[in-house]
Amino acid sequence: MALIELRGITKTYQMDSVEVQALRGIDLQVAAGEFVAIMGPSGSGKSTCMNILGLLDRPTSGSYLLDGQDVSALDDVALARIRNRRIGFVFQSFNLLPRVPAIENVELPLIYAGAPDRRSRARAVLEQLGLAARAYHLPTQLSGGEQQRVAIARALITAPAMILADEPTGNLDTATSEEILALLQALNDRGITIVMITHEADVAACARRYVRFRDGHIERQEPVERRRLLHRPEVVRP
Amino acid sequence: MRLRSSVQIAVRALGANKLRAILTMLGVIIGVGAVVTMVSIGQGARASVSQQVQSLGSNLLTVLPGSAGQGGIRQGLGSLRTLTLDDAEAVTAEIQQVEAVAAEFSRNAQVVHGSENVNTNVSGVTLQFQEVRNTFVTDGTFFTDADLASRARVAVLGRTVVEDLFGDRAAVPIGSTIKIKRVAFTVIGVLEEKGATGFNDRDDVILIPLSTAQRRLFGVDHVRAIYVKVRTPEEMDSALEEVETLLRGRHRIEPGEDSDFTIRNQADIIATFQGVTQTMTLLLGGIAAVSLLVGGIGIMNIMLVSVTERTREIGIRKAVGATRGDILSQFLVEALVLSLTGGFIGLLLGVGGSELISRFAGWSTLVSPASLVLAVTFAAAVGIFFGIYPAQRAAALDPIVALRYE
Repeated sequence: MALIELRGITKTYQMDSVEVQALRGIDLQVAAGEFVAIMGPSGSGKSTCMNILGLLDRPTSGSYLLDGQDVSALDDVALARIRNRRIGFVFQSFNLLPRVPAIENVELPLIYAGAPDRRSRARAVLEQLGLAARAYHLPTQLSGGEQQRVAIARALITAPAMILADEPTGNLDTATSEEILALLQALNDRGITIVMITHEADVAACARRYVRFRDGHIERQEPVERRRLLHRPEVVRP
Repeated sequence: MRLRSSVQIAVRALGANKLRAILTMLGVIIGVGAVVTMVSIGQGARASVSQQVQSLGSNLLTVLPGSAGQGGIRQGLGSLRTLTLDDAEAVTAEIQQVEAVAAEFSRNAQVVHGSENVNTNVSGVTLQFQEVRNTFVTDGTFFTDADLASRARVAVLGRTVVEDLFGDRAAVPIGSTIKIKRVAFTVIGVLEEKGATGFNDRDDVILIPLSTAQRRLFGVDHVRAIYVKVRTPEEMDSALEEVETLLRGRHRIEPGEDSDFTIRNQADIIATFQGVTQTMTLLLGGIAAVSLLVGGIGIMNIMLVSVTERTREIGIRKAVGATRGDILSQFLVEALVLSLTGGFIGLLLGVGGSELISRFAGWSTLVSPASLVLAVTFAAAVGIFFGIYPAQRAAALDPIVALRYE
């Protein structure tokens, strides 16, 4: 059974009096343990699709099965719970809370999960990602790559089934981008499903499969030939 | 999410902008401080009025000659000669709710000691006057039954009279001779100090035996007031009715005719004063509460700014699993922390303020626990009331929009 199964997903926005069809019927399956890169020009619907995958938005029609459970019918509280437990987000602009140190940013999902031992678990994940020395730095005191690694630590802390990464290397220089991609590959090696939006072909080449969006539907999807395998750091899945 | 985390998050968020938090709190601090101080002034006035009226004697009915009724031309109260000592004795003998009865005849007279002289109130009273009007001697003795029987020329002086005649408020002139209307009296006691009620100095008085006043000084056989002390506050009304019936009978007043006397109930007087001070308390407290309201609007204003500023933070929190309820409670707790902290500081200021007022302005103030609880509850209510709208705005934010917010 697929981890993610989208069936006939459409999304229509009402902008003033004009209806905008962002998604026009998406069928997509992602198996557990896959690494999928979603590509496509701006306005192709890939971000809308990502929001729906991340349960931040609801489709206008169609159904979304996550681990066999139809989540399009759930209420807000149930969706928040699934976002908290099963999905980790990594954003282009990191989206860390600016006024709290790295370790508390990592703890954040555990607060909403009501989990115990938050501090020690956060420290363990930061150590995994080589950020132990940076735990008590504010985001503004960290480099871009470090900030993105803190964001990945935050995504990992609840041991989610999948990570949704929205252009995770978009704000990083080439060397740092490689570092982050290597980290994602390493996590994928440990069985975490990753869905990543990107513009760049050589970033997409790090995935196992790519899906190309155009004008609200999937134009093409196929496995990545000649996958770029980076030198992956040692990580243990939390 | 547990309350402790909420409070931690709130304190941190407020700590990130301390000056702003303090300025916002200032509205509540001033509001609560003003409420506590103003209410303490009102309650202090109320307590001191009650206490002063009580010091005139408790459970007291005062019977005065003359009618307080409406219509026609009437002489002032106390000008008629209808009440006598016999009336007082009849009340003592026949009405069982009565604990003690005192009769008084008083008039102003010139009093001389050596080269000093003063015009003061000379009251002829019966022995029970001490008990009924809470009037006791501190130095020397009061007069006795024998003095009354023999119309003895003995006098008990109030402190003000002592000061006027002997030049020293603390003097103890027992045994001295004074002249009242040129009649020589021996001073046998000095009264306990009572202080002034408004412009009425209650220590400016000389007490002498009633019989002496009636026969030797003023040549009358009526009294100007009968004071009736009732056993319990509950029996005041029934005692009043029975005294009235008794005296109407004794004075042969037909049903339907006006009485030739008036009975005043001390409880009514206290109730009137308390009503006045209660109104004053409400007025002062109400005016102060307006400033608390303004403080609440300040909280709302800052919370709305804060929600806008932290839109992105709200988006992040929602993305990692915060529910609407989590966000709502986060901002509500923040508003509550502001208003409650301000409330407690204001409370301390208010208590200090009322202390200062009583010390330097000389007004009596009373800080009651109830007013403190009320002020803090009110502050919390202000926090919730003015915090709920910004918190709802925050909770309702769409996470997608919030995450993109710059």
